[in-house]
Amino acid sequence: MTAALGKDLIGLERLSPDQIRLILDTAEPFKEVSERPIKKVPALRGKTIVNLFFEASTRTRISFEFAEKRLSADTVNVAATGSAVQKGETLVDTAKNLEAMRIDMVVIRHASSGAAQFLGDRIRSNVVNAGDGKHEHPTQALLDLLTIRDKLGRIEGVKVCLVGDILHSRVARSNIWGLTKLGAQVAVCGPHSLMPRGIEELGVTVLRRVEEAIEWADVLNVLRLQLERMEAGFIPSLREYYRVFGVTVERLAKAPRALTVMHPGPMNRGVEIDSRVADGPHSVILDQVTNGVAVRMAVLYLLAGGKPELADAAKGPAAGGTD
Amino acid sequence: MAAPLLLQGGRVVDPSRDLDETADVLIQDGRIAAVGPGLGAPAGATVRDVRGTVVAPGLVDVHVHLREPGNEDEETIATGARAAAAGGFTAVCAMPNTDPVTDNQAAVGFIVRQSLRAGFARVYPIGAISVGQRGQQLAEFGEMVGAGAVAVSDDGKPVVSSHLMRTALEYARTFDIPVADHCEEPSLSAGGVMHEGLVATRLGLKGIPAAAEEIMVARDILLAELTGGRVHLCHLSTRGSVELMRRAKERGLRVTAEVTPHHLSLTETACERYDTHAKMNPPLREAADVAALRQALQDGVIDCVASDHAPHAYDEKEAAFDDAPFGIVGLETAFGVAYTELVQGGALTLPQLILRMSTVPAQVFGLAGGTLRPGAPADVVALDVTAGWSVDAARFHSKSRNTPFAGRSLTGRAALTLVAGKIVHDARAAAEG
Ligand SMILES: [Zn+2]
Repeated sequence: MTAALGKDLIGLERLSPDQIRLILDTAEPFKEVSERPIKKVPALRGKTIVNLFFEASTRTRISFEFAEKRLSADTVNVAATGSAVQKGETLVDTAKNLEAMRIDMVVIRHASSGAAQFLGDRIRSNVVNAGDGKHEHPTQALLDLLTIRDKLGRIEGVKVCLVGDILHSRVARSNIWGLTKLGAQVAVCGPHSLMPRGIEELGVTVLRRVEEAIEWADVLNVLRLQLERMEAGFIPSLREYYRVFGVTVERLAKAPRALTVMHPGPMNRGVEIDSRVADGPHSVILDQVTNGVAVRMAVLYLLAGGKPELADAAKGPAAGGTD
Repeated sequence: MAAPLLLQGGRVVDPSRDLDETADVLIQDGRIAAVGPGLGAPAGATVRDVRGTVVAPGLVDVHVHLREPGNEDEETIATGARAAAAGGFTAVCAMPNTDPVTDNQAAVGFIVRQSLRAGFARVYPIGAISVGQRGQQLAEFGEMVGAGAVAVSDDGKPVVSSHLMRTALEYARTFDIPVADHCEEPSLSAGGVMHEGLVATRLGLKGIPAAAEEIMVARDILLAELTGGRVHLCHLSTRGSVELMRRAKERGLRVTAEVTPHHLSLTETACERYDTHAKMNPPLREAADVAALRQALQDGVIDCVASDHAPHAYDEKEAAFDDAPFGIVGLETAFGVAYTELVQGGALTLPQLILRMSTVPAQVFGLAGGTLRPGAPADVVALDVTAGWSVDAARFHSKSRNTPFAGRSLTGRAALTLVAGKIVHDARAAAEG
């Protein structure tokens, strides 16, 4: 019934280029829903979705929640704070409980790589990975892809450089899979102490300096630098990071061609990105946020068994939900 | 006194005497009485037809975790010794990372008593190097040896302090026991859950670099040279460690090493899909490491195979990869995995494998066994190396089931295991019963 994507969306590594394109194409008609006065379609009416967030994330959770509500699903949010997991309940018990409650879909965010896979292997509900440890964050990469396609009209052949902490970044991994599968040229740039082993073997080029990245790329996707990385000794200081790797107006001024700047958020202004860049003409950061809802609607719709060719029709007449 | 037992018509492989021929083995009063063709049964002897099997000195495993005292729901000395017998082992050495730690003579004596009470494979205790395995104060080696300890180790943890490792090697010289070290530089391995390589990068798991092991291997070799002590390196996993060992052996240092069946047969790819049964420390490495480890075992650069049998309750491994404990059970699959992968795979001959799983480990840890020489204790195994079998963890004698080999088809398993002439495992009886 869910042949288009399979039962779960765990990561982009296991999706085919056609499946990725299908999600992006399905997102197109859903973009328009968010522009309506009544932002609701009946596509997932009667479906129950649990947003299981073991790790704090306002942005991703809200984006999923809007996507679910705009599709008319019934949703429950379970946040880490005060939840059973904090009290020592294991992931497997959580899975068994969800199964017993006959939930249709689970959106999971967890600090451990593989947590989404673990859940997906143990419950019949569809599982959507909203970020697992350092593994993948597939819907973030999908919205990044959609934003690049919107802005540049294509993905194939586009030169995209991911800048920052590649080692700890699930956004980087998902972007690498998605971009390479759709034919983009991909580079990564950041301190070598934050570069994972064997990354070149995933089909990306490693650039040593951010100036090289700016000279080479059509798109810079600037990753968030966690303060903990400095405390763990991967870099000397945030100040030096900004001086060596920060994406600044001065550096962008030397770009040989029009450059698009993306950021998955939340931003550390003045650490990985200059405020004037984030708020300036290169930035498509707010387009990313808008596309996030559409992409998540597409993923939920397809996993629930929605026919891609009917996505447009599924929007149906705007439904005045009372829930 | 039990009746004499004649094992008739097997292929007798005794690496301690370079013996490989069809012969009978006569066992009397718990000892090997004679080995030779057509021995004939003395009056009152039980005759056991072992044609079609390989009769060898019982296998010896110098590295197991039996979890008693402290975690008896995972394994006990009795269930571990029973699992050992089923795997063809007649002697195992129990690591001291129990709860409480086996770091004094009373604790060592407890293990000896429990193993005698169980009466399956012999269980030799290994005492802790440091009190509580805390890496600070030396444990009382002399008293522990007096109570039956055959070596010392802080396994489960590395000996972080080079000074402590040095004094342990020096102090152990009085008792002529090996000091076994789990080689891991903790500041490099901290938080790591699998090999640092492409698979870890893809799965988003923190890696443990090969250098974390090799730094400590190099240090221990240097300290063996400095002190003249006997260092034994546990479960080597990298090609770099093999190179360091090769140079140490060339220089004639008193350094020995072991390797596990899983490091000889599996790679980091076993961790795909976050399979926690492939989570162990040291981690499964790369194909080039497996090849180097196999070559080292053939050359004798690595002395022996040890299982690192590490039982865990079923639900502990039912967790996210980061949260699952390290380690797998190995006693009941060790010979089958080694025979299938190494002998059938062409890396070792059968006598070479028995040398590395029986004769040499017994010598390294100074244990009785490892030989069928007349007069030696009758610790004997008859191995069936013809029939294939499929690993069914539910049928393990071990209390735990955490194995990455579940469902694997293997060749080679114990048909009959004897300790001091007494049958402690009989596959035929087990099948009928
Ligand atoms: Zn160990």
